[in-house]
Amino acid sequence: MRSLPLLLMLVLWVVPVQAVIEAYEFESAQMEADYKKLIDELRCLVCQNQNLSASDADLARDLRRETYEMLQQGKSPQQVVDFMVTRYGDFVLYRPQFKSTTYLLWLGPFLLLLLVLYLLVRRLRKAQKPVEVDAAAMAEAKSLLEDNEPDK
Amino acid sequence: MNRFVLPLAIFVLMVGLLGYGLRLDPKKVPSPLIDKPAPSFSLAMLDDPSRQLSTADMTGQVWVLNVWASWCVSCRAEHEVISVLARKNLVTVVGLNYKDEPGDATRWLQQFGNPYATSVIDRDGRVGIDWGVYGVPETFVIGADGMIKYKHIGPVTHESLEQKIMPVLRELLS
Repeated sequence: MRSLPLLLMLVLWVVPVQAVIEAYEFESAQMEADYKKLIDELRCLVCQNQNLSASDADLARDLRRETYEMLQQGKSPQQVVDFMVTRYGDFVLYRPQFKSTTYLLWLGPFLLLLLVLYLLVRRLRKAQKPVEVDAAAMAEAKSLLEDNEPDK
Repeated sequence: MNRFVLPLAIFVLMVGLLGYGLRLDPKKVPSPLIDKPAPSFSLAMLDDPSRQLSTADMTGQVWVLNVWASWCVSCRAEHEVISVLARKNLVTVVGLNYKDEPGDATRWLQQFGNPYATSVIDRDGRVGIDWGVYGVPETFVIGADGMIKYKHIGPVTHESLEQKIMPVLRELLS
């Protein structure tokens, strides 16, 4: 029982894990919000499935610094995004812009949905139609069925 | 039989697309800077920090910018290939010493040999960001008009030098 305080300490000693270590000072809450949004939506190109805020790569740190400094200089978030895109291409964006090369990306799912809906409606319509069988075939089928009737 | 045709066709198409996707290297992000003006810089030279080299000094000639660092392991692997390129004396090969300690960088060049006409110091990596560098080594070919003509990501091998970089250089120099 003497180890209980120690055990409690260990259990309660939960350190929040965060990759971002720099502590930047912001002039306004708006700027801080812009900064957080930007580093959440920009990709780190070194560890490609992480955004700038989650990555501890050297380049991510540099790009966070760049983002911060641009905002401090009074640049708009869009200007920061443009800065990154001219250097690293659309790949740096987790939310790709809506333009001619990304139309298919943005609209593709809806086009697929429309196509599937169309196919579904067509199939359902078809299923509802009563099947027409001509009289001769019907008679033949009947006679076949009767022939096969087991003897009683 | 007929009802198998469409699913089979879709399956073959998917396999084809996925197979093609497997051959692509997601680590190689196409640079938006190709056929754009090379971002300008003016940086201190590694061998003589009192002197500066700027992109303006290079206009009018075809040149190669190789991004390297002494801490970069694959730079050592491509060092031999860069040396081969430099010995051809076709173009000026400039080194961009990226986020490095100048002392370490100088020792590295002494140890392995210096293939560069000159190396410039990008201590905090800002010029690297302007050039869209996201991993060392990277190699750029810049035309006489100051446009970036080609970018190679990762270490240059003898094969990629002969098959990718040399054809670009030959065309620019002809």
